[in-house]
Amino acid sequence: MSDERADIAFAARGITKSFGPVRALRGVELELRRGEVTALMGENGAGKSTLLKIITGDYQPEEGVLELDGRAVTFAGPGDSRAAGVRVIAQEPEIVPHVSVAENIFIGALGGARFNRSELLDRAGEALERWGFARVIRPELIGSSLSPAQRQIVEIMRALVSGPAVICFDEPTSSLGDDEVAILFTVIRRLRSEGVAIGYVSHRMAEIFQLADRITVLRDGGLVGTEKATDIDDDGLVRMMVGRDLSQFFQREAIPPGDVVLELDGVTNDFVDGISLTVRAGEVVGVAGLVGAGRSELMKTIVGDFQITSGELRVGGKRTRFRSPADSVAAGIGFAPEERKAEALLLQRTVRDNMALAMLRKLSRWIFVKSAAEKALAVEYIERMRVRTPSTEQIVGTLSGGNQQKVVLARWLATGPRVLLLDEPTRGVDVGAKSEIYTIIDELARSGVAVLVVSSELPEVIGVSDRIYVMAHGHITGEVPSRGATEESILALAMEEEPTFS
Amino acid sequence: MPTSTTRTAAADSKAANHRPGPLRRALSAVGVQNVSLLMAIALVVAIIGSQNPLFFTVANLRVIGTAIAISGLLAIVQTIVIILGALDISVGSIAGLTSVTSAMIFSVTGAAALGVGGAILIGVVCGLVNGCIIVFGRVNPVIATLATLAAYKGVAQLVSDGRAQGYTGADPFFVFLARGSIAGVPTLIWVLILVAVLAHIVLRYTTVGRNIYAVGGNDVASRLAGIDINRYILGVYMVTGAVAAIAGLLITARTGSGQPVSGSEGLELEAITAAALGGAALKGGKGTIAGTILAVILLGILTNGMTLLGVNSFWQNVAKGALLVVAVIIQQLRSGERRVGLPG
Repeated sequence: MSDERADIAFAARGITKSFGPVRALRGVELELRRGEVTALMGENGAGKSTLLKIITGDYQPEEGVLELDGRAVTFAGPGDSRAAGVRVIAQEPEIVPHVSVAENIFIGALGGARFNRSELLDRAGEALERWGFARVIRPELIGSSLSPAQRQIVEIMRALVSGPAVICFDEPTSSLGDDEVAILFTVIRRLRSEGVAIGYVSHRMAEIFQLADRITVLRDGGLVGTEKATDIDDDGLVRMMVGRDLSQFFQREAIPPGDVVLELDGVTNDFVDGISLTVRAGEVVGVAGLVGAGRSELMKTIVGDFQITSGELRVGGKRTRFRSPADSVAAGIGFAPEERKAEALLLQRTVRDNMALAMLRKLSRWIFVKSAAEKALAVEYIERMRVRTPSTEQIVGTLSGGNQQKVVLARWLATGPRVLLLDEPTRGVDVGAKSEIYTIIDELARSGVAVLVVSSELPEVIGVSDRIYVMAHGHITGEVPSRGATEESILALAMEEEPTFS
Repeated sequence: MPTSTTRTAAADSKAANHRPGPLRRALSAVGVQNVSLLMAIALVVAIIGSQNPLFFTVANLRVIGTAIAISGLLAIVQTIVIILGALDISVGSIAGLTSVTSAMIFSVTGAAALGVGGAILIGVVCGLVNGCIIVFGRVNPVIATLATLAAYKGVAQLVSDGRAQGYTGADPFFVFLARGSIAGVPTLIWVLILVAVLAHIVLRYTTVGRNIYAVGGNDVASRLAGIDINRYILGVYMVTGAVAAIAGLLITARTGSGQPVSGSEGLELEAITAAALGGAALKGGKGTIAGTILAVILLGILTNGMTLLGVNSFWQNVAKGALLVVAVIIQQLRSGERRVGLPG
């Protein structure tokens, strides 16, 4: 046991971190051993990214300590963690667009004014050669010309040239092709044999079992456990990741659905590929998938914020083409986006203002807003949706997440929509408001609205919807009825590798 | 999780029980920004008045009033542009261009109405060009209007050969504009009041105004809520051009001839300063006409006072620049901007 302990190069112990009322991490433990790959797994929102940000020093934990070689350390920022030899490979690396790969690799390591360009190119070339990337990327390429895979390689090289003791990869293969993945795995195995402690975040089961020596699973911000990779299989791992009690969640009673209101047939653009789906009046249809599966992009494509390059969109049986969200709003489609603060709310304006935003014209005579009608609308929806606000004139930015979300929902309910698209309607919302939002969605469907709900929380998507489409890599990988659906079955579809297309 | 729910519930009930006193309510009705502006005006008046009693004469008040009419018009439209989340630094050049063209059209045709109509048309076209560069060329508004600031000034100098043009000093309409008065108040001030009231009503009570605040506050949210953002950008810049043309006409009327540059240079600075001082947030989505008008009055009194007290005009320029910086610093401090990287 004692020499096992000595193997631990880096540890996070009892880490707790909150964002406002939301607990992102509760007493999480992570140990990274020298010469081992430790996989960090968990669903969306399990706390993996937050933990990585604490390891880099981007976030400060409220409780708990980081230990390097058994000694407690504090990282006030990314500079500190790098200086200590701890590197995290970002999923979407920052690349300086106008300088060469060589300069990008040694960025931050360039000391002072004296630098010799050809020497730098040589050093970068040698490093790329040494790690086997020389065939994939040349040191004199310019940052802006790099492919996503090459950008990822630059980011990895930045860490490698500094000779780190601890290195964490955050879904490094999501932008890599098969060849590059093979090189990356060789690199990781080599680092392992050189005694580096490696952390590896990924959603891809196959990779995990190829690489990992140990697997640490997080769920809802808490630690589920750490297992040796040889002691566990796919099913066991999925059970550890989901293993939640469904009974506490809302379960919608399905009602006989009406006519098809929204229909997509092979809808394709830069973000989604060949999406076909239907939503009937009175139906709640869920869209599940992992982060980056293209769900939010699908929503924005439906409302006309992104253009469709091929395929058809039909609303109420009629073929339609939305050139902008203004068209879809006019066609009776409401859309509550995922990024509530950035994309839905006027944070500086009042509750009344925000609720009336999408239907101001209906609340006015010629160009003059009928303030009494507007106020009455706000009062009505504050009551109906139980928005906890002192008055209609409260500034929306001061409300809690759940109440802000209700304001967004009220905005669209007020327009009397035929179709409502909800992207992560309960993100950052406390438990009480969550169940109220589920009830609102249910009532809406009962009144005949066709509802499409994107959610990363599997119990939520199962509980709230009648049918579920699962997306991965911009495709729909499956459709399941929510009755009888399990988190495991959905997660398996969501983690499917690039589908072979028929 | 139960701890977090009780916490929000407690916060909610605290907010619900929070009843402001009458003083606080009055303060919030007028606005903290406006109260501080009123106090600043009172302070400046007291200081200047005690140093130079000439300040309080009717003649001097008229001087202040006519001086602020032109910069006030530009400050009003600048406020609207800023609320939309943009900026227009070409307003001074548009005023110069329309000043000189109005006088030239009048000289050729002899009809004041044609001079006025022509100037406003040119102003609208200038605004439309600004809007098109921004919307269709995807050029940052500051850069776009910085470019047209130079270009419109150049056009004004080209058509006028760089000299004052035409003579409007004998035309009854232009004379009435410059020196007439209604109910004892100079016509220039009436023009300012009319435009200010119109702008206030549009911003406060119409769908157009509400959508301008929405676009400036959050353009993505506005787009997703079905607002045609591009139409608003084009429209606001066109209105700005039209009002800048009215300012140009007032310059022509006051000087009796069309001034390509001398009457309008630097007005964009005064307009932006007034809007910022009046509480318009340069990030967009926030600002009022009332605040801007108070700031225009404050600036007018300051300029007049500095002249009365014999401050040399070079120092006056330094003071004006400093004031803009101070106004924005105050704004940023109040919004709690983090001191990281380049300010947004």
